[in-house]
Amino acid sequence: MSVEFRKDLFADERRDDLNEIGKPHTRQDIEGHVTGRTAYYDDHLFDGLLHMRCVRSPHHHARVRSVDASAAEALPGVRRVVRPSDVPHNINTLLSLIGFGEDDEQLLSDPIVRYRGEPVLAIIAETEAIARAACAAVRVDWEVLPHVLDPEEAIAPGAPSVNPAYSDNSFTYEPYDHVKLRFGDVTAAFAQADHLIEAEYEMSPIEQAPIETCGAIAAPETADRFVCHTGTQALFFSLGTTAKLLDLPSSRLHFIGGTVGGGFGGKVDSITEPMAVLGAVLTGRPVKFQWDRPEEMQVGAPRGAERWRIKDGVMADGRIIAREFTGFFDAGAYTRLSSYAGHKGTGHLPGPYTIPNVASNVFCVFTNRTPATAMRGFGITGVDFAIECHMDRVAEATGLDPISLRILNSYRDGDMKAHRRVAKNCALVECCQVAADKAGWTLSAQDKAASSLAGSDAQRAAIPETALDEEGRVGARKEGRVASTAPAPGTKRLVAGTHGRTMEAVSVQRPDMEILAERIGHAIPGATSAPAAAAPVAASPVAPSPPARPAAATPTPPAAAQPTPPVPPSAPPSPPKPFDRGVRRPGVSQFLSGSRRR
Amino acid sequence: MTRYAGRGFAAINYPIGMNLGGDPAQALVHSTPDGKFMVTLSAIDLGQGMKSVTRQIAAEALGVPMEDVYVDTADSDTGPHDMGSFASRGTHRVGNAVIRASSEARAQMMEAAAEELEVNATDLDTDGQGNIHVKGAPQRKITVAETAIAAQFKQGRTLSGRGIFLIEPSGVDPDTGEMSPVTTYAHAALIVDLTVDDETGEVTVDKINSAYEVGRALNPKLVEQQLIGGAWMGVSHALYETTEPYYPDRAHGPEDFNTYLMPGPGEIVPHDIAVLERPAADAPYGGKGPGEMCANPVLPAVANAVYNAVGVRVDKLPITPEKILRGLQAQGGAKPGPRRPGTQ
Repeated sequence: MSVEFRKDLFADERRDDLNEIGKPHTRQDIEGHVTGRTAYYDDHLFDGLLHMRCVRSPHHHARVRSVDASAAEALPGVRRVVRPSDVPHNINTLLSLIGFGEDDEQLLSDPIVRYRGEPVLAIIAETEAIARAACAAVRVDWEVLPHVLDPEEAIAPGAPSVNPAYSDNSFTYEPYDHVKLRFGDVTAAFAQADHLIEAEYEMSPIEQAPIETCGAIAAPETADRFVCHTGTQALFFSLGTTAKLLDLPSSRLHFIGGTVGGGFGGKVDSITEPMAVLGAVLTGRPVKFQWDRPEEMQVGAPRGAERWRIKDGVMADGRIIAREFTGFFDAGAYTRLSSYAGHKGTGHLPGPYTIPNVASNVFCVFTNRTPATAMRGFGITGVDFAIECHMDRVAEATGLDPISLRILNSYRDGDMKAHRRVAKNCALVECCQVAADKAGWTLSAQDKAASSLAGSDAQRAAIPETALDEEGRVGARKEGRVASTAPAPGTKRLVAGTHGRTMEAVSVQRPDMEILAERIGHAIPGATSAPAAAAPVAASPVAPSPPARPAAATPTPPAAAQPTPPVPPSAPPSPPKPFDRGVRRPGVSQFLSGSRRR
Repeated sequence: MTRYAGRGFAAINYPIGMNLGGDPAQALVHSTPDGKFMVTLSAIDLGQGMKSVTRQIAAEALGVPMEDVYVDTADSDTGPHDMGSFASRGTHRVGNAVIRASSEARAQMMEAAAEELEVNATDLDTDGQGNIHVKGAPQRKITVAETAIAAQFKQGRTLSGRGIFLIEPSGVDPDTGEMSPVTTYAHAALIVDLTVDDETGEVTVDKINSAYEVGRALNPKLVEQQLIGGAWMGVSHALYETTEPYYPDRAHGPEDFNTYLMPGPGEIVPHDIAVLERPAADAPYGGKGPGEMCANPVLPAVANAVYNAVGVRVDKLPITPEKILRGLQAQGGAKPGPRRPGTQ
C-alpha cells in the first residue's frame, strides 16, 4: 500500500500553502470510534422501551384477503397491533419532498403486496422476542397474484401490473416512458463506421451492508413532541417523510442523528423513522424499530439491478464516432430513488469520452422485487462497468492498446458533452498516464504528451445537428405500438448549436458571506469579492508561488515531471495525558446517563 | 490446474453533488466568548469524515487553528437544513455552506478586532495560529480570544455567520436529454493484476495501481482511507456481492454474512495510489468528494483482467467462479489474451 500526492500536476491551478486544508489531521470523532464509546442511535436507552416488528409478505405479488391477529394480540407482552389504517396518510414517494414522482408506496400495505417482504402489519411488544413470536402468530389469507421479475418482461405488453401509479410498469418521464438522450445522429454515423461493436451488460442487486442496520428509536418528549434517534443518512428527508406519512406538523418532531455506522446509500429511504414515531404516537411509549440482518439483506432496498446494451460505431484508427445505449434500472416494486438514477445515469453518458453522436433510452422499470435505492456510485456504477468493459471490446476490435484507446477518445477541456454542456476541469488523460506509469504500462510518446488541457477544437466543442424521434410515449409500449426499447431512428432534425442555460450555484445572499478570492487557493471564475476586499482583484487568484512548490508555469506531461514525495505521514496521535478526559472511559463524560455504557 | 495471470484497465469520471441541483445545505457558525467556534450542521457523518472535513474547512475559512473549531451536527432543533449525506454532495455542498458561514463570521471577527486595534478591518489578517494582526506589522496584533471577549462583553457584537449553498434546480429536456447534471467531476484510472485458476474458477486479485483526481485532498488521510476502502468495495462488487445471485430469479438470496460473500481482511489487495488535484472552481478549496467514485473503476478493470487472463468475458456481475467455469467450458479452456505492458 502506498499513496503519493502528485503535486507536480496542475500545480499552476492550485496554491498549496493553506493553513488547515491539505493537512492530514486526525478526525474529530476518532477516539470515540476506535474505543467503542461513540454513541450511535441504538445507544440511547429509554425506560420501558417497546419493540416493533413487521409481518411480511412471503409472496412476490398477492392480495390480502384477511388478517387474523387475534392469537398475536392474546400473547402476554404484546402492546399494540399496528394496521395500515393506523397510518394517517398511508401513501408516499420519497422524492415527493422535491416534487418528483407520484406517491406510490404505503408504510404498511393494504390490500396488495408487490414484493416478497412487503410489510402488512406491525406488532409492538415489550421485548423483541415477544414481537417476533407475535408476528409469527398472525394469520394472513393471501390470494397469490401473477408477478414479473425481469425488467424487459415487465414493460412488454400483457405483463402483470406492478405499481398502480405507473400503468406502463415504468417511471414516467413526461411525455415518455423512458429518458431520452439524443446528440447528433447515431444511425447515420453507424453507416460510416468501420466497426460496429455491440454487447450487453448486467449488474445484480447489491446490499449496502452497513455494520449498523437501519433503525430508529422514537419517544414522546415534553411539549407534545416526539424525539427520534436515527441512523438516517438524510435527517430532514426522514423528518419530512415522517411528518407527511403521520400527518404531524414537522415542528412536533425532533430528530437526532449524524453519527451513523455506515450507510453507503441504504439509509436514505426513511422507513424506520416513521415506523418508530408511529409506534410512539400509538403507545405513548418509547419504541424501537430496527431491521435485523436478514431484513437488511432482503427487505431493505439494495443497489438495484441494471442492464445495459451498448452499440458503438468505431473507425479503424480507434475513434468512436457513435455510441448508443439501451439501459434498464430495475426499481423493484416502488420508485424510492430509482427515478433519479434514470436521469443521473443518462447525464453520465457516454462516459468520459468525446463522441460526436450519442443516443440512449434509459428505463426505470417496476418489477415484483424488493424496491431498489441508492448506493455508493448510484446510477453510475453499473453504467461505468458497461462502458469500460465495452471500451476493452473496442480496443480488441481495433487492435489498439486499451489505455491508448481511452486517451484517444478522452474528453478534454472545452469539448461538448452529450448533455449539451461544455467539459471543464477534466483530468482523465492525466489519470490514465499516471496509473500506466505506476504499473509500468508503457505508453507511446504521443499518449504521454496528451493533456486534458489541449486537444479540443471547434468541431469537438460544437453541438451537432441532432436526429429526434417521439417514440415511446406513455402508454404506447403497453399497447404494443413500440417495436423496440432501443433508440429509434430520427424522424425530425434539431438544428446544430441548440442549447439552454447552464445551471450554476446560486450566489451568496450577502457579500460578506463570499470568501475572499485570495483565501480560496484556486481560481474562481466570476467571483465577486466583498467591496471591502476589492483591492486584490479576483482576476489573478493564483497567488505567488510558495517557495516549496515546484515551478510549473505550463502544464507538464506527467511522464516528464517528477512526482513530489508523498505527504510525510503525520505523527501518530499521542495518548491523552492522564485525567485529560476521565480515566475509566476516555472520551466519555463521567456524568454519562441515558446512553449505553460499554 | 493452471493459474493464469491477467491485467485489466478502466478509467472513469464521476459527477459530484445531487444531479440536477436543488439540494441546498446550510451551516451556522458562532463563536464562544473565549474565541472558539462552533459549526452547526445537519450533515451526517457515516464514517466518511464529514465532521472532520467541515471542521478543517471552517478553520481555514475563519483563519483560526482547527483545534479551536468544533462541529456539531444533525439535531433538527439546532442544525439548519441539509439534504443529507449522499450523491457525493457532503463535501461540495456542505463544505461551501461552511465556507460562506465562516466567511461572514470572519468578517465580523475582523471588524471587532479592528475596533480594538483602532485600524481598518481591511488592513488586518489572521495568522492561522489564533492571532489577528495588521498586515505588514505582525507585532500589532490581538488574539482571537481577546477579540471574542471584546465583541461579547464590550462591543455587543456577535461573531457568527450563516451560509447556504444551492445549485439551482433544473430539469431534463425530454427530447434531447439536455441537462445540467452537476458542476464538478472527479476522475480515476486503475490497473488490476489478478490470477484466475482454471480448475476452480477462483480469482485472486494481486495488485492495484491507480490514479484518482479529487480536486484537492482537503485531508489527505481521509482521502487515503476512502480510496483504500473504495477499492476493497470495488473488488467485492466485482467478484462476490449480490443479494440475488441468479437475478432476475430471486432464489438463493443471502440473509447474513455467511452467505452474502465479501473479501476478508486477508484479501485486501496491495494498492499503490496516486492522488491528483485539479481544483474545481465551485468546490470548497477545489475539493471534490472522492468517496463514491473510487469503487467504480475497479469493477470493469477486474472484468477486463479476467478476460485478459483466460479469455472469458463475464458481462454479468458479480464475476463468480461458476460464471468463469461455465465460460471456460463453453470455449474449451483458457484462452489467454495478449500480455499487457508491464505485466510482472
